[in-house]
Amino acid sequence: MNFQFANVLVYILLGAITAALMLGLGWLLRPSNPERRKLSTYECGEPPSGSAWINFNIRFYLVALIFVVFDVEVAFVYPVVVAFRDYVLQGKGLLVLAEILFFVGILFVGLVYVWAKRDLEWVKQVRTAA
Amino acid sequence: MIYAALFYAIALFTVAGAFGVAFSENVVYSAFSLMATLLGAAGLYVFLGADFLAAVQLLVYVGGILVLTLFAIMLTHQISDVEVSNRAVGRWPALGLVGFVGIAMATALVRAPWKVSGEVVAKAAGEGTTYGIGDAFLGPFLLPFELASIVLLTALVGAIVLSRKEIRD
Repeated sequence: MNFQFANVLVYILLGAITAALMLGLGWLLRPSNPERRKLSTYECGEPPSGSAWINFNIRFYLVALIFVVFDVEVAFVYPVVVAFRDYVLQGKGLLVLAEILFFVGILFVGLVYVWAKRDLEWVKQVRTAA
Repeated sequence: MIYAALFYAIALFTVAGAFGVAFSENVVYSAFSLMATLLGAAGLYVFLGADFLAAVQLLVYVGGILVLTLFAIMLTHQISDVEVSNRAVGRWPALGLVGFVGIAMATALVRAPWKVSGEVVAKAAGEGTTYGIGDAFLGPFLLPFELASIVLLTALVGAIVLSRKEIRD
């Protein structure tokens, strides 16, 4: 197991070295000729205006919240899936599948809830009583 | 030798990230430093032989919670010049408190009867912990496993109900 994580480490190191090499080579080779307008933030050719850190729409936060919940769900289901094969070999496959489906089903209710309440829609239309 | 060097490198990475979180003037930089800390913690989990925990740390904390933190910062209106209503008590009381807690923790570290469970770590390092966790979920911990789903559902609905309020008007 630790050997597999050594692979991960080598991968991270190779990525870092590649990025450093590319940026370093560029830094070594390119002529240094700074100018005020060159150093300004690139905004599709337009003169940049205002701060880059603007207030996000709260929609992003709502979607991120929903995402985190299902992220944790994946974290729960993942080890069960690893052990699933042995249960199938023992002939308890259907039972375990039902257990997993029950787990996912409860959370599916949550997805149905946010869907039905239109929280997944970008522009939420609150129907007002006419 | 390489193992120890690697451990200290990752620990240094983690602590440096924590320093960045604490001492950064800009709250956005603090959030990005938090990423280093969380990544480093994932690395430390690997050293403990807790491979599944390391993966979940990456998946949930680095992938989810951090994004949520960044969004929360971006969403907060003019977070950099917010008027702090309850100010900190100052440096000297803080220093005293940190010193006290530090001494307490150092004492606990020195006095604790550390149990080096070499075989457990070696077993986990050999075959990984994911299968064991999954097996436990389907066996003796089936009810907590299913209950976790209900907890998650409650969290989801509660979070949505709470954060939706502001959009209505």
